[in-house]
Amino acid sequence: MSRIVLSEINKYYGSNHVLKDLNLVVEDGDFMTLLGPSGCGKTTTLRVIAGLEKPQSGNIYMDEREVVNAKERFYEDPAKRGLNLVFQSYALWPHMTVFDNVAFGLKVEKVPKAQIAQRVQNALERMRISELAQRYPSELSGGQQQRVAIARAIVSEPKVLLLDEPLSNLDAKLRVDMRSELKRLHRELGATIIYVTHDQVEALTMSTKIAIFFDGVLEQVNTPMEVYQNPASIRIADFIGNPRINFIPGKAQRAGDLLTVESVLGIHQFNADTFTNEMPGDGLFDCVVGVRPEQIEISRQENAAGIPANIYSSMPAGSETLLQLSVGDVQILAKQIGLKNYAADQPVWMLINPESINIFHKETGRLIKRATSETEE
Amino acid sequence: MVSEMQVQVSAQPPSNLPQSRPYSRWRKYKNIVRNAISNPYNLMVLAAIVLLTYFIAVPLMEMIRTTFSLAKADVRRLGGDAQVGQFTLYYWKQILTSSVAKKMLYQPLFNSFIIAVSTSAIGVSLGAIIAWLLVRTDLPFKRFFSLAVIMPYMLPSWCKSMAWITVFKNERIGGTQGFLNYLGIQTPDWLAYGPVAIVAVLCIHYYAYAYLLVSAALRSVNSELEEMGEILGASKPLILKSITFPLVLPAILSSVILTFSKSMGTFGVPSFLGLKVNYYTISTMLHSTIKNQQTNLGFTISLILIVIASINIFINQKLIGTRKSYATIGGKGGHSALLQLGKWKVPITVLLLLFIVFAVFLPLVILLYQTFMLRVGDYGLSNFTLHYWIGKSDPMIYDGLPGIFNNVKFWHYVRNTLKLVIVTSLIATICGQLLGYINSRGRHLRSGRLVEQLVFIPYLIPSIAFGAMYLSMFASSTTVDILGYRITLIPALYGTFTVLVLVSIVKHLPFASRAGTANMIQISVELEEAAQIAGAGFPTRFAKIIFPLSKNGFMSGFMLIFISIMKELDLIVILMTPDQTTLPYMAYTYSAEGVTQLSNCVAIVMFLIVFLVYWVANKFFNANIAGGLGG
Repeated sequence: MSRIVLSEINKYYGSNHVLKDLNLVVEDGDFMTLLGPSGCGKTTTLRVIAGLEKPQSGNIYMDEREVVNAKERFYEDPAKRGLNLVFQSYALWPHMTVFDNVAFGLKVEKVPKAQIAQRVQNALERMRISELAQRYPSELSGGQQQRVAIARAIVSEPKVLLLDEPLSNLDAKLRVDMRSELKRLHRELGATIIYVTHDQVEALTMSTKIAIFFDGVLEQVNTPMEVYQNPASIRIADFIGNPRINFIPGKAQRAGDLLTVESVLGIHQFNADTFTNEMPGDGLFDCVVGVRPEQIEISRQENAAGIPANIYSSMPAGSETLLQLSVGDVQILAKQIGLKNYAADQPVWMLINPESINIFHKETGRLIKRATSETEE
Repeated sequence: MVSEMQVQVSAQPPSNLPQSRPYSRWRKYKNIVRNAISNPYNLMVLAAIVLLTYFIAVPLMEMIRTTFSLAKADVRRLGGDAQVGQFTLYYWKQILTSSVAKKMLYQPLFNSFIIAVSTSAIGVSLGAIIAWLLVRTDLPFKRFFSLAVIMPYMLPSWCKSMAWITVFKNERIGGTQGFLNYLGIQTPDWLAYGPVAIVAVLCIHYYAYAYLLVSAALRSVNSELEEMGEILGASKPLILKSITFPLVLPAILSSVILTFSKSMGTFGVPSFLGLKVNYYTISTMLHSTIKNQQTNLGFTISLILIVIASINIFINQKLIGTRKSYATIGGKGGHSALLQLGKWKVPITVLLLLFIVFAVFLPLVILLYQTFMLRVGDYGLSNFTLHYWIGKSDPMIYDGLPGIFNNVKFWHYVRNTLKLVIVTSLIATICGQLLGYINSRGRHLRSGRLVEQLVFIPYLIPSIAFGAMYLSMFASSTTVDILGYRITLIPALYGTFTVLVLVSIVKHLPFASRAGTANMIQISVELEEAAQIAGAGFPTRFAKIIFPLSKNGFMSGFMLIFISIMKELDLIVILMTPDQTTLPYMAYTYSAEGVTQLSNCVAIVMFLIVFLVYWVANKFFNANIAGGLGG
């Protein structure tokens, strides 16, 4: 059992306000990813949870236990929070062997010697590096150091495992391997994992929940699929997804339960059950239509329901083909599975399911109309 | 199905918070106190500030106060109803505007200034060029050169002035003839004594600082930066001028500060080479005023010297400014492509070799050679003797002074010196590491910067003034009565071993703390945090993580302080009592009494001790003395 609640956390470095009124609930057993561009406060959040930074205001609870009460200046010691942390730099102690690195925490806890050997051995085996026990960190490759750092973090059997951009120093292939390794570890340990990254692919593939930060503000917390399909703001939509989402300017008018949107994609109408609570009141306003490239179907034949467009350029890449289309003076990117061949300037027709598109309020940047789910069970 | 799922678009305050206790102010204060006490950083900062205030700020204030307070000896001079200790501007007027001001302040100040500027210009250029040759070019015999060029650093500067006199002195002023005289060459006075001689000796001593700092900076510059210039088609001189030079400029400027303030405050060399021709510098003037019991005037001069040093450092800080930050950009350059000297290789090697022979080995050889001469000035073989090393007391030679190895006092002083040097370097190094820990972890905190600035003060105070300051502070005890208990605020320590230890530690703290900072900065905070999360308290972290990782840096700091204190004369010359004499002071008094050979014997022994320690530290601990010098 380990549920973590952060309530109204504010953190300043001098006059620099790095975490602004942060509220976050991490449920027991979650794989929660803190995602955002660099400098957005995600690592600070992790360090606040770990107890390495003291927030100026707010409370943190782990299960029913209060670990931070800034108003009473109470900050529980990091070691007493039942968690462990894997640093981005790994922070392996260079003067100790792999065994000693992993055993350090247990020695501090005064665990009996035989038991230390047993537990270190288990942790090393779990990370499949038991043959490296007597080596020094400088004699290991980056991937091996990474495994030692994780072994050191899990040997104390923490209820919460914190990982700070652990894969950013690995090469692309190792990164894919470690991703599946971490996912398996999460299942086996049953621990809550909080994972910091700026890589949206890592976030989407590994997490059960994603928390997205911009400029010290937590903008959205949800499942990866929900974040992908219904990003709460234009900048989240822009940040998540590769190739990136298309933004098409439009005009919107709300009249009671009906929203009418006009853009180069035509005129669409939406019902109140797709509205979010950011929807403004009745009236006319500027909006932005968000369409993911893979949500656009391309027809070579004229189609009455389709929107006429021209191929601007076609970029086949083996498993997929990216198409740059021009519709009027708007450029739109579409993605098709498999190898497709189009000639430049060839006329095509785009088919878009209006249910699947997002509408954002241009002025506030917030999502006002959600897409309905297409996830296949 | 979809519309039923509640979208959490933006994060709202969690509604189902665990039960929270009501806010308690009492718990808040309890926690504030608990946090403050349990954080080792706070405790260390507090201890550092209290100790530094007591040992640095208080003496400085005391010194300033003294310059405004009338001394007993001057009461009569002022006449009227003047009282001892009353507020007076007498000393400042005396120094700045009276008829003796020119002789006491302006002329010596001008002399010091000329010497400091020339020494910085020549010494730093020399050091920088040698550093560049040794680090960046394909010069042969590098191992030999790199050891030889730092040897001057191991010999006190005034020992070199003794060697200088030996070579250049003439009978007119020196009494006996120098080596060149002996060969029949008449040396002019301006070469034997005065500014030229002083600058020459200081240059062949202080170039070592510039060499150490610049070579460390050059090593950290990635040679790829230079190669990039080459790819872009820049010629070698252009690369040197527009890439290499700007990158090591901060190190060069640091060397200038160091050399300038050192030569401004140096006492030994101008006292050997200047006093005989009545050439006073500010430090020799300071020494003579204090020796003549004109302490208040001496302190006034010291303060002027401190102000000059501060201005110098302030200007340099402004000059270096943000540039300081890129001094080490590029990290370790992996491989480092050496510049081919080509046809210049042979001439440069020969030139450097000649320099080493004349500036490094010759002074040593001369000193050594002189110890074997029965009578000073006779360089013939018939004059050869081992008397000054192992001879028994002979009434015919220097009133029966025995050779140093047969002199009980000598062994006593050796023990004294080693005790002082080892105790002081150990304590100073440990303090330096702890201060370095505060500096490196508290860089962004006001407390960390305050400690850094306090530690820096002794750097500004010339050694001889620093000694005088401690003399006045610890000459008699100061007590206060609190609630009927007599509490000694400042004990009377003059004439004790403790005061020598104290003054040496405090004066060397800037170097020790710099070495410590350089050491601690390279230990990533995350290594410590990882241990903190594993449950290790501060003592465990220090013992198991920080100390093992800083061992080599610790040795470097230790060695830097060791060598420096081993040679120290300026600092302790005023505080010396016969019982506490150290080797440098013994050599100095022998020399002042004209017993040149014995003085040289002692100097040679000092050099051997320093060399041995350096060799051991370098060989077994991979120590490097440049770290603590860096500015």
